[in-house]
Amino acid sequence: MNTGINWFRYSSPQAFYPLAGAMAPWFFWAAAVFALIGLYIGFFVAPTDFQQGEAYRIIFIHVPAAWMSMFIYVVMAFWAGVGLAVNTRLSAMMASALAPTGTLMTFIALWSGALWGKPTWGTWWVWDARLTSELILLFLYFGFMALQAAIDDPRRADRAGAVLALVGVVNVPIIYFSVQWWHTLHQGASVSLTKSPSMAASMFAGMLVMALALWLYSIAASLVRVRAIMLERERNADWVKEPGSAPR
Amino acid sequence: MRGSLAGAAGAVLERDLLLALRNRSDAASLLIFFAIAVSLFPLGVGPDPALLRSMGPGVVWVAALLASMLALSRLFAADYADGTLEQLALAPHPLGILVGAKIAAHWLVSGLPLVLIAPVLGLQLDLGGEALLMLAASLALGTPALSLLGAVGAALTLGLRASAMLVPLIVLPLCVPVLIFGAGAVEATASGIGAKAHLALLAALLLPSLVLAPWAAAFAIRIALE
Amino acid sequence: MKWASLAEFLAMGGYGLYVWGSYAVTAAAIALEIVLVLARHRAARRAITSRPDR
Repeated sequence: MNTGINWFRYSSPQAFYPLAGAMAPWFFWAAAVFALIGLYIGFFVAPTDFQQGEAYRIIFIHVPAAWMSMFIYVVMAFWAGVGLAVNTRLSAMMASALAPTGTLMTFIALWSGALWGKPTWGTWWVWDARLTSELILLFLYFGFMALQAAIDDPRRADRAGAVLALVGVVNVPIIYFSVQWWHTLHQGASVSLTKSPSMAASMFAGMLVMALALWLYSIAASLVRVRAIMLERERNADWVKEPGSAPR
Repeated sequence: MRGSLAGAAGAVLERDLLLALRNRSDAASLLIFFAIAVSLFPLGVGPDPALLRSMGPGVVWVAALLASMLALSRLFAADYADGTLEQLALAPHPLGILVGAKIAAHWLVSGLPLVLIAPVLGLQLDLGGEALLMLAASLALGTPALSLLGAVGAALTLGLRASAMLVPLIVLPLCVPVLIFGAGAVEATASGIGAKAHLALLAALLLPSLVLAPWAAAFAIRIALE
Repeated sequence: MKWASLAEFLAMGGYGLYVWGSYAVTAAAIALEIVLVLARHRAARRAITSRPDR
């Protein structure tokens, strides 16, 4: 396959730095556009829910954020694994760059979940399966970032973080399953935030568009962050030091 | 050092047990912590027997979990500090097997005593005979899994400043399934439902850990030694 | 979905606090992340250009 572009060129920080810089704004603005569309659908197209009234509209941020929190963890583990397997610095940097954004998504899912639970179930925290799993995911993100922060040597931090992320990603389905089990045993499957028996097509569309918006935003944020990480770590590399080519 | 793999693993196991024997107070302290942790719950929530009975399985299990986390700091730290771990890594035997031997010794010293003491503590929380037996059984299946998962965490944090705080942070979320099925087994027994499924799930968690965790821990040790 | 008035839109059927509380905190958190990540990049660039060359 000859596409005329040597993609492997971009696996070096030097080549990827300007590419990431060029791409980030596009992803950000695309995210903004989709967010506007998604919010419009969520607030002006989707009808009122029969059971929960207008409170259910939190779903348009809660569920997409939860999806993204899980997705980013998997992507983070993927890049960490690639970095471990083929020893590329950039892959490991990407994993580290994704973690804070994934944590943010998890936090948004938890916060919106709490605010959804209060009017619906009367308490600020609901131990339903999704929220409990999100809480554990938050701890997994914290653990990854804490471990990397505690190790001074960047290469050791990369590799140790990768092991933890991979162990984590294998455990996430197990954790999710066990939390589901725990929840149905204790509550008889009655307390669940997302039990919308009939989801109108517009509701689902709204969630999908918002999920897309959050995904594009996450890419933008991670690209900017990986640029910062590249400068922090590659401080002594020639491509960074060259007086004429000060990184923009 | 004996030449065969079994011999080497046996030597590692024997050495760790001998060292633990010489430092008996460490193991004793762990058991005392376990007992104190369990006692804190009634002090915190009140002595109502019905409440304690319903909380009992979870309380003992959480206390065992926390005690396991405490014990992990002794798994690799001493050997890492004095260079023994490096020697093990250089040995002509698979590090995973040798690490497995260390984890086995660690469980015998720090996990098995928890299993034996737990029913006594369960009595304090008014658990019945069958539930007490299930408590021991579930811990017997669960504490090895905790040691195995914990070993990976301990290996990742070798020589780091705040490792005592870091290890629980990175390991505890991974231990949630063991906690859920372990405490659930005791509750199921206490309420008459039967804990076969729980025990099967605990075994399902333990078996892959037995195979994978020593290897992952060995990998993490090599990362730390570089 | 037709809202009768702006007031009704903001009230969200009585759940305004929860709905807008969710979205407001989300927006604030995202804004915070943007600010922090741009600041981190800026600081990294500054650390390079201000460092005396050997």
